[in-house]
Amino acid sequence: MSVLLRYLPLILLAACWELAARLGLVSQLALPPLSQVTLAWIEMLRSGELLANGAASLWRAGAGLALAIAVGAALGIAMAWWRPVNAALGPLVEMFYPMPKSALIPVTVLWLGFGDGSKILLIFLGCMLPVTLGAFNGARGSDQALVWSARGMGASRLVMLWDVVVPSALPEMLNGIRTALALAFILLVSAELIVAREGLGYLIGYLGANGTYDAMFAVVLTVAFLGFAADRAYQALVHRLLVWRE
Amino acid sequence: MQEHDAGSGGSQIVVQGVNHLYRPPKGRPVLALEDVSIEVRPREFLALLGPSGCGKSTLLYLIGGFLPIETGSILLDRAPIGGPGPDRGIVFQHFALFPWKTVRANVLYGLEKMRLPRKEREQRAQGFIDLVGLTGFEDSYPSQLSGGMKQRTAIARTLAIDPKILLMDEPFGALDAQTRHLMQIELLGIWRRSPKTVIFVTHDVQEAVYLADRVAVMTARPGRIKTIVEVALDKGDPGIAKSKAFIDAVDAVWGLVRDEAIKAQGARVSP
Repeated sequence: MSVLLRYLPLILLAACWELAARLGLVSQLALPPLSQVTLAWIEMLRSGELLANGAASLWRAGAGLALAIAVGAALGIAMAWWRPVNAALGPLVEMFYPMPKSALIPVTVLWLGFGDGSKILLIFLGCMLPVTLGAFNGARGSDQALVWSARGMGASRLVMLWDVVVPSALPEMLNGIRTALALAFILLVSAELIVAREGLGYLIGYLGANGTYDAMFAVVLTVAFLGFAADRAYQALVHRLLVWRE
Repeated sequence: MQEHDAGSGGSQIVVQGVNHLYRPPKGRPVLALEDVSIEVRPREFLALLGPSGCGKSTLLYLIGGFLPIETGSILLDRAPIGGPGPDRGIVFQHFALFPWKTVRANVLYGLEKMRLPRKEREQRAQGFIDLVGLTGFEDSYPSQLSGGMKQRTAIARTLAIDPKILLMDEPFGALDAQTRHLMQIELLGIWRRSPKTVIFVTHDVQEAVYLADRVAVMTARPGRIKTIVEVALDKGDPGIAKSKAFIDAVDAVWGLVRDEAIKAQGARVSP
């Protein structure tokens, strides 16, 4: 019941959409009725079109994001812990952080071509810095007394880094990863819209150019839902990882 | 005791001529410790007493090996101390528990570093959890515990690695008065059952006199050892804190600390 109430605005929006299109308030070309979009979605699911393109997209986003998290976290913690690393990389991170990463789309295509490689590289580059900054800030906030406690109980410097600094950095790093997750979807769809031969973004562009708008809307909704579901799943994961905070 | 026969023969820790310059991230460096020399006997309970900011914690961190020794020397069993190590266990004022680990995992941490076999370290951790009265809270996270329980966990964690020296940095300073008193009684009980060398930093005169065999009174900044007072009280007597001998001893030590506390206040008020 409460779930129903919570999503009530969404249901109302869907109803308005359907009515607006059916009653001719907006052109059915600009906004095909939701029922028609749903039918197109079922059709694409049946033909396998949605799954094949969805799988391609998810693989790219997943691989890029995984690389971004691994490299970004290591970089951020190294920068927080070794001054020379920070001196060397700090200015670079500051410079590249605000840059709109979609500007790199043609660059990654130039380097790696039209396939998966260029998208994975783009997502990796675009999503790394929020993770780096989160890990950096979190690691810098490590409690001195915790560091000393671990060292005093016989942990070497490197072991202490893993035992104390990494978990201390975790909450802020997980925030950075959430930002990265949203960015990954943005970059994925943009890149696929512009240069790709498969993927959900490609499908949106292709269907739009073909004039099959109901199907195009179906893919747009799919992407929106995937983004939402990924964020929700991520939040649940974070909740489990940070269960030690009250 | 027989400090005369072989130089520092009777001492476990020898601090000799230690200065320490504290360099804050911003502003001028401050001389925190000036020419500090003190000897600590095996298995004695020594309190470092002084006004806040006198460098007593700094001295503790130097003995712990957490800060570099710039001038002077600190010997432990006649060998210069290097970095931190499990021979010197430390308990901090704000507990310093790993917040992402349960009580049990916190107590197990040092035992894992010692590479004890699983079964043995689990038995040992449980033993110390029981000793500090936290049976039943093994799976709680620090955020779920009261201040006193957190500090019990920290003490169990440090005792579990069986350090030769127990360094305590105002361990009961963050606790309410009742809890503090209970913890003092318990600490004495633990110490009497398995005596270790304890260096206990505090600014509480009663606490110092109640717990320690000797109280080293430190001056306001820069910290020096002003005097060392021998406390000859029967720690086993439950009514000791109400005895005349205790009250006299507190008075005597308080007289020594008062001037320093006033100086420290003045230093803080003036720019």
